Amino acid sequence: MLAEAWRYLVAHPAPFATALAVHVALSAAALAIAAFVAIPAAIAANRRPALAIALANSANVGRTLPSLAVLALVMPVLGTGFVPSLLALTLLALPPIVQNTLAGLRSVEADIVDAARGMGMTAREILRRVELPIALPAIFAGLRTAAVQVVSGAVLAAFIGGGGLGDFITAGIAMMALPQLLVGAIPVTLLALGVDFGFGALQRRLTPAGLRA
Amino acid sequence: MAWLVRNADQVAIAFVQHVGISLSALAIAFALALPIGVWAARNARVQAVALGVAGFLYTIPTLAFLALLIPVVGLGPANAIIAMVAFSLIVLIRNIATGIRQVPPDVVDAARGMGMSATQVLLRVELPLAVPLIIAGLRVAAVTVISVSVVAAYVNAGGLGTLIFNGIATDHPPKIWSGAIAACALAIAVDASLSALERRVRRRRMA
Repeated sequence: MLAEAWRYLVAHPAPFATALAVHVALSAAALAIAAFVAIPAAIAANRRPALAIALANSANVGRTLPSLAVLALVMPVLGTGFVPSLLALTLLALPPIVQNTLAGLRSVEADIVDAARGMGMTAREILRRVELPIALPAIFAGLRTAAVQVVSGAVLAAFIGGGGLGDFITAGIAMMALPQLLVGAIPVTLLALGVDFGFGALQRRLTPAGLRA
Repeated sequence: MAWLVRNADQVAIAFVQHVGISLSALAIAFALALPIGVWAARNARVQAVALGVAGFLYTIPTLAFLALLIPVVGLGPANAIIAMVAFSLIVLIRNIATGIRQVPPDVVDAARGMGMSATQVLLRVELPLAVPLIIAGLRVAAVTVISVSVVAAYVNAGGLGTLIFNGIATDHPPKIWSGAIAACALAIAVDASLSALERRVRRRRMA
């Protein structure tokens, strides 16, 4: 069966390359937009307890929503295609990044911030040179979770016309064509595992030397 | 909303199916995770292997996992339940093992000193003290299982996802919405009630 899947792949290189490119573009764009929204939002909320609680609570609720339900809720409003899929995937990527950034900033001990302030650092310097470096591993843990979730969610984008590798899976299931199904399922699994591994390595690398266990 | 009211029976059937399949998967996952978690709490190497394997399974995209199972078990609820069990193992094993590991050693020593056997220590001291973390694990696992179950409708496992897929196929937004909103409501309700239970158990521990 694997050999048949390989023959199918070799016979249809262009649709596969397009699907893979769409999948990666969709996932990367959703992750980037979510990071640009979620990290500053969490930093801004960190100093304001009421805002931080509101943000944490909405992230908790967002985290529980089934991925497919989010895609399905977006579709009747925005229609089908790349942009609605991108929006839905961005919504899915926000909660883990918000949760982990908040947790990372909260893990900075008050004594350390006091010491930095005593050394004459401004609030901005404390954020950039003390709080963010300490929170960085947690922020990357959030990005890693979000990235895997987005790659996985992007498979479901096939249901709302978003393209990507999910197209091969849905077509394969619809026609009970197993080789075609595997041409979607195996690469997307490898992609998710690769993203998980890559972000894990990056996370270890970016942990400041003094914080490494 | 009007569609939802007119077709309440259809939505109710899908909802009950959804809860049923999710509960079965959760029960099987817990039955598997409990012995593995206990073993992992005793043995660091077992823990590393168990969490490595379960973490690998958890990383596989849901629809890809369901698709990869088709050549093996075909379409239907069995396929869905295997995938749901695979996805919930990581959090259950991790929380059971961590819950047991965090029991203070002097508590275990005291229990042993009172003449309890290893089994008694496990059943009457370690597991009861691990309950809050185990409930936390069940909460995350339940939400995961509900989420996977929505997608599983695509491999004929039934449930609320069926409404979403039928709605997409027939271009009928009210049906899509009903399925999606019911699935979100179920996930939020389960998450909220299990986290309330967890808080209550924790508070009773403190008293």
